[in-house]
Amino acid sequence: MTKNNYIKSYVHIKNNTVSLNGTVVYNDIEPDFKSFIKGAYKAVDTKYPKFFKMDSLSKLAFLAGDIVLNSEQLSIEEEHNIALVFSNKASSLDTDRKHQESIQYKENYYPSPAVFVYTLPNICIGEISIKHKLYSENSFFIFDSFNAAHLEVYATSLLADDKADKVLCGWVEYDGDDSYEAFLYLVSPEGKITHNKEEIIKLYTN
Amino acid sequence: MESLKQELKENIIEQLNLEDISVAEIGDNDPLFGDGLGLDSIDALELIVMLDKDYGIKLTDPKEGKTIFESIEVMANYISANRTK
Repeated sequence: MTKNNYIKSYVHIKNNTVSLNGTVVYNDIEPDFKSFIKGAYKAVDTKYPKFFKMDSLSKLAFLAGDIVLNSEQLSIEEEHNIALVFSNKASSLDTDRKHQESIQYKENYYPSPAVFVYTLPNICIGEISIKHKLYSENSFFIFDSFNAAHLEVYATSLLADDKADKVLCGWVEYDGDDSYEAFLYLVSPEGKITHNKEEIIKLYTN
Repeated sequence: MESLKQELKENIIEQLNLEDISVAEIGDNDPLFGDGLGLDSIDALELIVMLDKDYGIKLTDPKEGKTIFESIEVMANYISANRTK
């Protein structure tokens, strides 16, 4: 028998605004992404000093994931079987460019380890997993655009096969200050919004 | 030597993104790793790059960093004795 799954909560970060389940939790006009995400980090009271060492994509994904997972009030002492299935278009291109700049010229060849470690998009999944003790299934897909159908099928499969108790899914894109967006949602056996492609698209486009 | 220590503290805060720490909070003899500033292995690699880029000191064995990066005082002494720029 197929189990019903629901979208229990969801978060958006875009256009200088952070919202949880459709309610704005932080909004400010900042001159750049770095200032905006720092303001959002302080506003939602996420205490995690390593945040400031992350690249922009990881900061975006980490904060979005943290807001959703904190709303679940998970025990920090226990492991949680929450799978992470993320996607975007630009992969880790912003950090890849920074790394490329640091190795562009032979006479000024100083690759930064702190930049280099973020030259894969799925590192942001690791940052969330470390904080929330998620030793779970994870995947990061690259698509031309938000692919609700794929995310829906993948999350449903993980839950149906008992690979995870819940799945944190969505889109985290960062390709410069003018092009950032996070939309993450938690798929759970409990909730009010039915987990299907139409509802995912509706929440994403709201 | 005092200006070098000040410079090192400023560079470490900026290059290692120590957002909530000020120069005044870093003592000359405070341990940089472990219970001190809480730096990690990536920070250690970043400090090795900083030695090369800013002071022309190339560490061929990363294990050397363990003693050189003990504190600001130790770092400053090592840089003064070995800098090529």
